[in-house]
Amino acid sequence: MTTLPTKTTPQGAQDTTEKTKHSKATRGARGFNTPSPGGIAVRYLLLLLVLLLVIGPFLWQLSTSLKGPAEDVYSRTPVFLPDQPTLDNYGKVADTVPVWTYALNSVLVAAVCITGNVVGCTLAGYALARLRFRGARLVLGLFLATLVLPGEVTIVSQYVLVRGLGLADTLAGVALPGSIAMLNVLLMRTAFAAVPAELDQAALVDGANVWQRLWHVGLPNVRGMISVIVIFTFIGAWDDFLWPLIVLNDPQKYTLTVGLQYLNGTFSANPRLIAAGTMIAFLPIVVVFGLCQRFFFRGVEEGAVKG
Amino acid sequence: MTHRRWFTPWLLAGPAIVWLAVFNLWPAVNTVILSFTNAKPLGGGRFTGLENYGRLLDDEQLADALLNSIVFMLVCLPLLTVLPLLLALLVQRKIPGITFFRTAFYTPVIASAVVVAVVWGWVLDDRGLVNGLLRQTGLAGSPVSFLTDRWLLLFSAIALTVWKGLGYYMVIYLSALGNVPRELHEAAAVDGAGSVRRFWHITLPGVRPTMILISALISVSSLRVFSELYVLSNGQGGPGGRDMSVVMLIQMYSRGFNGHLGYASALSLLLFLVTLGPMLFLMRLNRKAA
Repeated sequence: MTTLPTKTTPQGAQDTTEKTKHSKATRGARGFNTPSPGGIAVRYLLLLLVLLLVIGPFLWQLSTSLKGPAEDVYSRTPVFLPDQPTLDNYGKVADTVPVWTYALNSVLVAAVCITGNVVGCTLAGYALARLRFRGARLVLGLFLATLVLPGEVTIVSQYVLVRGLGLADTLAGVALPGSIAMLNVLLMRTAFAAVPAELDQAALVDGANVWQRLWHVGLPNVRGMISVIVIFTFIGAWDDFLWPLIVLNDPQKYTLTVGLQYLNGTFSANPRLIAAGTMIAFLPIVVVFGLCQRFFFRGVEEGAVKG
Repeated sequence: MTHRRWFTPWLLAGPAIVWLAVFNLWPAVNTVILSFTNAKPLGGGRFTGLENYGRLLDDEQLADALLNSIVFMLVCLPLLTVLPLLLALLVQRKIPGITFFRTAFYTPVIASAVVVAVVWGWVLDDRGLVNGLLRQTGLAGSPVSFLTDRWLLLFSAIALTVWKGLGYYMVIYLSALGNVPRELHEAAAVDGAGSVRRFWHITLPGVRPTMILISALISVSSLRVFSELYVLSNGQGGPGGRDMSVVMLIQMYSRGFNGHLGYASALSLLLFLVTLGPMLFLMRLNRKAA
């Protein structure tokens, strides 16, 4: 990542320690802290134990979603592997609540948020990091000041505002407030500030205007941060619950999280269907996570998540 | 850097500044204004002075909610500062397959709190997995009512918050551990310090700043709890609504016939005040780090 060059990433740090460790180990004698085979075995045992605790509940839900109507899901004696595995529940859940509409709604909200954040935060981040203008310090200070406000504090008046704009009970109302997040503006500013000023100067000498410098000099150097923002915005929008819960009324317009709570609360009769609905909300994010986990860990290290 | 037209920076930053003003600064100001009115979701909006603030003082549900937050914080602080550190030490060494384990341990973090709460709600149900196992092993004769008892429900929400937070703080610790100089460990090992002593005298002091950061993060998030309690209690807040959080109260008063936007705003300002301390502390830590 080009954005925070001074900070040692743990990845890098561990790579170097790894090298020293290996060189010592190959020297023959038991190097410092070289684990014994027993130690390694204990380590794997502990890892597997934690793994069971962490993904066990998800697997239990997955297993419930695959159990047939004749199987006992209430588990007087818990059975992990379904006797007659079936995908029927995933079809049937759509007869109970419009789960695919919910998924589409979530995708729409996420798409608007990602587009808004990438475009809006990149432009503003560039202006704040690279252009000198009157009032820049004040604007930056105001962006920073919003960070001490937890989102929940302003959620009531945001609802009043969105209702005033005629966007209550619409997906636009869900997507709009978060489609330029203040934190992301500041992250993009940090990213642009880390691009060497000489590059900009050289382009300026060559007669490049602001847009050309942004496009040809700035953007190629902040792609890492943009990916981080895309991923975290997607997850944020996909997982958000409180805001869509407040904005939306009409069960046809729910996003997946609100829809899942609705399904969980209203139709608690068949746990297999609820389990299937849970998996529909859960699996896409796991896939995205699996594909981009490198960016994830970087983003977390660089503080792209607001506590 | 130079630019020909004075308005170019404003053009670039324009959309973000509009969002800053419209969706952040104005709602913050309006929260204060609304808190002095009796605005309802369906009408109202008359100035009522300090009435809402007076109501805060004798709201028993709010007292319960604040108590719940304190319990949340008291349990989460020790567990979530210690367990993720141990987990980070466990996954720190790059042994084969470690990326898989790290990724798997992070999965609950990226899952929606709603998904996590529905999954745990099913595990902790009267007829769920935990009660099934308890019965099978003979540890409990009758089902334990994790989700319908006032305190058990709160502790269930705490348990799943800890479970969901493990991976998040683990990654933060992992990055801190990477910055503890290895030479210190080597020197101590040469001096004959065992791994336990090295943990106390090298690892712990090395990650102390991170521990402080994480404590502040946990304090703030304990005050902001919503989805876990909401979903586990099916929006009801447990028996007699005693398992609410402050944010649940805000949500409750922001909608419906019994809604009261003015009171919800006063609650929001209270939430702001109690989170302000740890929030400012976090900002200071960040500035020091940068």
